[in-house]
Amino acid sequence: MDINDLRGLSTAFLMIAFIGLCFWAYSKKRKHSFDEAANLPFADEELNKRTQEDVKHD
Amino acid sequence: MSELNTALEHPTYNYKVVRQFAIMTVVWGIVGMLVGVLIAAQLAWPALNFDLPWLSFGRLRPLHTNAVIFAFGGSALFATSYYIVQRTCQARLLSDRLAAFTFWGWQLVIVAAAVTLPLGITTSKEYAELEWPIDILITVVWVVYAVVFFGTIVKRKTSHIYVANWFLGAYIIAVAVLHIINSMEMPVHMTKSYSAYAGTVDAMVQWWYGHNAVGFFLTAGFLGMMYYFVPKQAERPVYSYRLSIVHFWALVAVYIWAGPHHLHYTALPNWAQSLGMVMSIILLAPSWGGAMNGMMTLSGAWDKLRTDPILRFLVVSLSFYGMSTFEGPMMSIRTVNALSHYTDWTIGHVHSGALGWVAMISIGAIYHLIPILFAKPRMYSTALINTHFWMATIGTVLYIVSMWVNGILQGLMWRAYNQDGTLTYSFVEAVAASYPGYVVRFIGGAIFFSGMLVMAYNVYMTSRRDVESQAVPAAATAV
Repeated sequence: MDINDLRGLSTAFLMIAFIGLCFWAYSKKRKHSFDEAANLPFADEELNKRTQEDVKHD
Repeated sequence: MSELNTALEHPTYNYKVVRQFAIMTVVWGIVGMLVGVLIAAQLAWPALNFDLPWLSFGRLRPLHTNAVIFAFGGSALFATSYYIVQRTCQARLLSDRLAAFTFWGWQLVIVAAAVTLPLGITTSKEYAELEWPIDILITVVWVVYAVVFFGTIVKRKTSHIYVANWFLGAYIIAVAVLHIINSMEMPVHMTKSYSAYAGTVDAMVQWWYGHNAVGFFLTAGFLGMMYYFVPKQAERPVYSYRLSIVHFWALVAVYIWAGPHHLHYTALPNWAQSLGMVMSIILLAPSWGGAMNGMMTLSGAWDKLRTDPILRFLVVSLSFYGMSTFEGPMMSIRTVNALSHYTDWTIGHVHSGALGWVAMISIGAIYHLIPILFAKPRMYSTALINTHFWMATIGTVLYIVSMWVNGILQGLMWRAYNQDGTLTYSFVEAVAASYPGYVVRFIGGAIFFSGMLVMAYNVYMTSRRDVESQAVPAAATAV
């Protein structure tokens, strides 16, 4: 065991972490919550309107 | 007390600081690009330095890079990050006062840069020229920025942290780390310091910083912008949210290793050069994944491009992003780099990213923001946005093409040798041959700069309460 084993292992670990991430991101279970997240830019019009009312009366 | 209750029951966003940064984006864009046009003219007509040290190319060039990256790009990032984090977290900024501090602090940094650089006060580290007192001020402002940004994420009303905030958060953290490590220096007096690093290590730390300033300041931050404003302007969610997650982790994991490609054929060990080259080539995958994700958001809505010049700015910026992130990995290959390095090709590559990607997506985002921030239905003139779009596109193309021609010409002239081994051309012959390219570059830059003046007029007219926005002309739809 020397430092180079550690370097090799860290590469393998990163590889596994990345593949795991892909499976996690594309799993069917998460689809619903990701769809919800993707719509966040369109979910706050009321707050924006209220702020704009303030802007008009500034 | 009743006022406090109203604020708690009916929270609003802090648009003031967003508005301040948005306006300064336009102002600093004009200033920074004007300096750029001047130094471009100096390369074609050297007499334009007027024999004054303060106007010499060596001092104005860092002023130009600092102004466009940190003043123009930085203000755009502050404006959009404060806006995006509030709207996607459905929460007001953590603190109005701290946000105001970052605004005035950042403006002070910019003014300090504009004074010290022409005076020749510099650390001589590229994109990190500012001397140590300014470095400390940057650090303080940046830490407060991080507190405001992440504090707002903590108090969010939504369960999910929207992907744009991941990119913006990574940009804020990475820039803090890069700035602090690269700016380690020993002060001698108020205006002079020496780097903590020496020789090859200094060069490697510098380009680890330099390339990640590109990767995190000029890429991750603006991708955060892309993930909010492209869906918002196209009125449909991003093409694939799952891809955006893979995009994020792949991009932040790979970018940090690409720096050594700036040091090919130097004293840097060969293995480190090869590592930088390989990682740069791998970067093509996350870069194009992200660009595709942004572009495909328009699938089924491509017709909007015909009528909406703001969307055109955003989408064309993604095309330039895709183009320059293909060119970059190619130039990082050592044998290609042997031709391209130290030539104008590098400057052309940087500007296809800086003008085509960074500036155009910022301009699109600011056009989207200004009417909202001033509570107007739309920009004063849609036709002028369209005019600006074509000026920006034509200016960028002239700039890039002239620098390609110059770069390849210089690279080939420098490496040409005679049968007896002597060089075919002296250096100055390559300079003389570059003259037409320098003139075309100046023209392209001047057109791009003039577009910013059109923008300033349009923004000013939109901000005026007594002026109504013009009706969208039917003709604009046909262009």
